[in-house]
Amino acid sequence: MNTIQEMFQSWGMVERAVAFILLAPLAGGLIAGIDRRVSARFQGRYGPPVLQPFYDVFKLMQKQRILVNKFQNFNILLFLLFTVFSGALFFMGVDLLLTIFSLALAGTFFVLAGFCVGSPFSHLGAEREIIQQVAYEPMVILLAVGMYQVTGSFKVAEIAQFQAPLILYLPGVFAGFLYILTIKFRKSPFDLSMSHHAHQEIVRGMTTEFSGPALAVIEIAHWYENVMLLGMVYLFFGFNPWLGLGVALLTYLFEIFIDMNYARFKWQLTFGSSWLFTAVAGVSNIIVLGLMR
Amino acid sequence: MMNALIFLILFPLFISLLALFLPRGMPGRKVIGTVANAVLCAVPIYLLFATLDQGPSYFRLESGFITTAMLVLEVLIAAYLIYLSVRAKRYLPVVLVVVQLVTMLGFEFVHGHSIQVEYSLFMDKFSIIMALIVGIIGSAICLYGFGYMPEYHHHYPEVKDRRNFFAFLMYLFLSAMFGIIFSNNIMWLFFFWEVTTLCSFLLIGYRDDNASRDSAFRALNMNLIGGVVFAFGIVYLFLSSGTMELDKLLLQDKGTVLLPAVCFAFAGLAKSAQFPFSSWLTGAMVAPTPVSALLHSSTMVKAGVYLILRVSPVMENTVAAQMLTLIGGVSFLVTAMIAISQSNAKKVLAYSTISNLGLIVACAGVNTDAAVWSALLLIIFHAVAKSLLFLCVGIIEYKLDSRDIEDMDFLIMRLPKLTAVMMVGMAGMFLAPFGMIISKFVTLKAFINANPFMAIILAYGSAATIFFWTKWMGKIISIRHGEHEVVEHRVSNWEWTTLGILAFATIAVCLAFPFISFHVIDPYLMELFNKAPIVDTFNILVIFVIMLGLLIILPLGLFFFAFVNRNYKRVGTYLGGANISDITFEGAMDAAQPIQIKSYYLEKFFGEERLFYVGVFVSLTLIFIMFGVAAI
Repeated sequence: MNTIQEMFQSWGMVERAVAFILLAPLAGGLIAGIDRRVSARFQGRYGPPVLQPFYDVFKLMQKQRILVNKFQNFNILLFLLFTVFSGALFFMGVDLLLTIFSLALAGTFFVLAGFCVGSPFSHLGAEREIIQQVAYEPMVILLAVGMYQVTGSFKVAEIAQFQAPLILYLPGVFAGFLYILTIKFRKSPFDLSMSHHAHQEIVRGMTTEFSGPALAVIEIAHWYENVMLLGMVYLFFGFNPWLGLGVALLTYLFEIFIDMNYARFKWQLTFGSSWLFTAVAGVSNIIVLGLMR
Repeated sequence: MMNALIFLILFPLFISLLALFLPRGMPGRKVIGTVANAVLCAVPIYLLFATLDQGPSYFRLESGFITTAMLVLEVLIAAYLIYLSVRAKRYLPVVLVVVQLVTMLGFEFVHGHSIQVEYSLFMDKFSIIMALIVGIIGSAICLYGFGYMPEYHHHYPEVKDRRNFFAFLMYLFLSAMFGIIFSNNIMWLFFFWEVTTLCSFLLIGYRDDNASRDSAFRALNMNLIGGVVFAFGIVYLFLSSGTMELDKLLLQDKGTVLLPAVCFAFAGLAKSAQFPFSSWLTGAMVAPTPVSALLHSSTMVKAGVYLILRVSPVMENTVAAQMLTLIGGVSFLVTAMIAISQSNAKKVLAYSTISNLGLIVACAGVNTDAAVWSALLLIIFHAVAKSLLFLCVGIIEYKLDSRDIEDMDFLIMRLPKLTAVMMVGMAGMFLAPFGMIISKFVTLKAFINANPFMAIILAYGSAATIFFWTKWMGKIISIRHGEHEVVEHRVSNWEWTTLGILAFATIAVCLAFPFISFHVIDPYLMELFNKAPIVDTFNILVIFVIMLGLLIILPLGLFFFAFVNRNYKRVGTYLGGANISDITFEGAMDAAQPIQIKSYYLEKFFGEERLFYVGVFVSLTLIFIMFGVAAI
């Protein structure tokens, strides 16, 4: 592991970005496959093969292109493009805030895709997606703020190489981030705008009017995003790469566990509780750090 | 150089008089106006390049006669305001005007002969930035007015046609703005300050019905309160330190001039519509659109933050400055939240203006090199994008007969070009890679170092900002196939020209921002702090890549999906049953169910009536503390 890390650090920015672009979908797809297996076990089923998400995506790619309007898939492509772009920025080790803002741009394109088809289900999903975005955004920014307070830098590379355990300074921020990660991973109880299961009361929400290749693109973007989010979890434990990797995976298992145990919240509860939890855990942590300096 | 400054103050005045007295319908009128606007754009640009490598310059001017003339004009304005107020049976403005006039006249009478002013006019990089904004955006808005006002009167035949008076006020406003930003003599600054109050009062009340009269008097009252405190500040400043010049104010002992500085900052808060004064700006939307655009982007509110930024160095590291920061922060956060619950387009824009100005005020309170850097960028970016949005909404209002966002469904099918322009403006307000996000980025970094609590406010406020912009964006770009009449051809060329200029400017200022930062803002900061913030060049590069990428990908992509890509099958939207048409479907029991799409406004969380009073009470408390700590 240490050799892997050293190799990664010896790379230039371009190489790291290329590595992310090539490897992240593989990792993301595998995680999604494991996710489905583990979820199935929780529910007393066997579940599909681990590679099933890849089969799904390949099959979706071959489907007919059915559209409601000509421009809807353009937004989806931009969503993928900017998700990959922000993930690449993250793994290149540059400014964390820049990564976050760029990810917000990607999210906006996704929402606009939901709006632009003009269907009521999709519209409702898009509205809920914005509520989710607003629910998690403060915590994501506070994550960057907290890390800056401790390490004195916004650079992902410098944060990752910070020698002291970040988690000891930022337990509240980490807790808050775990809370909103459930939204980001689109897991129950916060999977309001669209869910991976077809039992959604609003007919799969935002993605109602998207089918075939567009759905595949959304799925791949989601993989990229997940890998990047797990990278953010890793940052809290950057002082020990093995621990970091282990905790990142445990975090994902934890989110699956939450997913299995909760029924979907209403948007009021989702939004209110996220802001409240951000305030209790994240804000107090930031203020304490501010006073300590 | 001094002649250029005087020209910039007097030329709009001259044009305004021409506008008042040349008969309407005279063939050359619009030509004269266009030429005047071009001149107003050109002179600040000339100033920018002529003084690119120079520091601030100060100018002596024989001020005896001018001061007397201003005093006479002040009395005349006061008399005019009293006359209007008494006629409308409103007595609060009368009291305020009298208090202010007595203060200033008494001061002039007792101490007038002993006031020594060395430099009456000055110009530094900040003045030039403001001059560019006032000159270019202000005159672009006037240009828009040429096409808009005839339609306005066509639309509202009941409104008395006072177009000459309207044009007079618009140019007078610009003249007063140039006066504010070039005056080093605080008495002069105060005079121009009061002229902008008068102009805004008359412009807001242009319709002359009950609603606009209410709004106009509310604006007048609040700005007069600011003006009275401003006058007290001037008197106190002279009595305590004997100076009457802006540049010398910063050289005084911080303790003695703190209270006057707080008074000036208070006047600035009133003018820039921060809490508790925010209601005058939201009320001002009754005025014709060019007025709103002018108030929100290049004049009035920007004069407020201009003054605050000028005096904030005096308050450095005081509790008063912390209070100022918090007032800005509260205004930023609360108004961004209220904007979520509004469906009136102009009100959303108004709250977003207050919110952004709150951020600028907070930066002024923090007053580090990075904070002031981002404050200046916020002023620039906000002015361009906000004026563009107001002008767009002004056109939509006539074409759709509504300014409600709920009526803007499928706007892209009815006004396609306008929607594209509007998307540029909205993206400019909150999305990476556009300007506002660059400044928010730096603001956040500045806040963390100075005051982590402000970083938290910024985190929540940014989230709220995303909400109301994105849902509005989504509303106007949704597409439904079917009968939608394109109503765009009826927009006049005056209006198109202005929109084109401003849309171009929104993108151009983002691309030119390294130039602006390096040549204009950094020298100003070196003057003030002896250092300028170092911005990571790689970050700028990334922002550039995103910007250029979007500029290339968006048109190409739209072209591809519109004309090239034929490999698809189109179906109707899913409505929950068998589609009858695009908006009705056959549901249970053979019933035809219509559908309707509405947005979320989260009234329960962000309702105006609740949050507004929270903002007013919190900010009033903070203001009292600010004055309290400055007085002791």
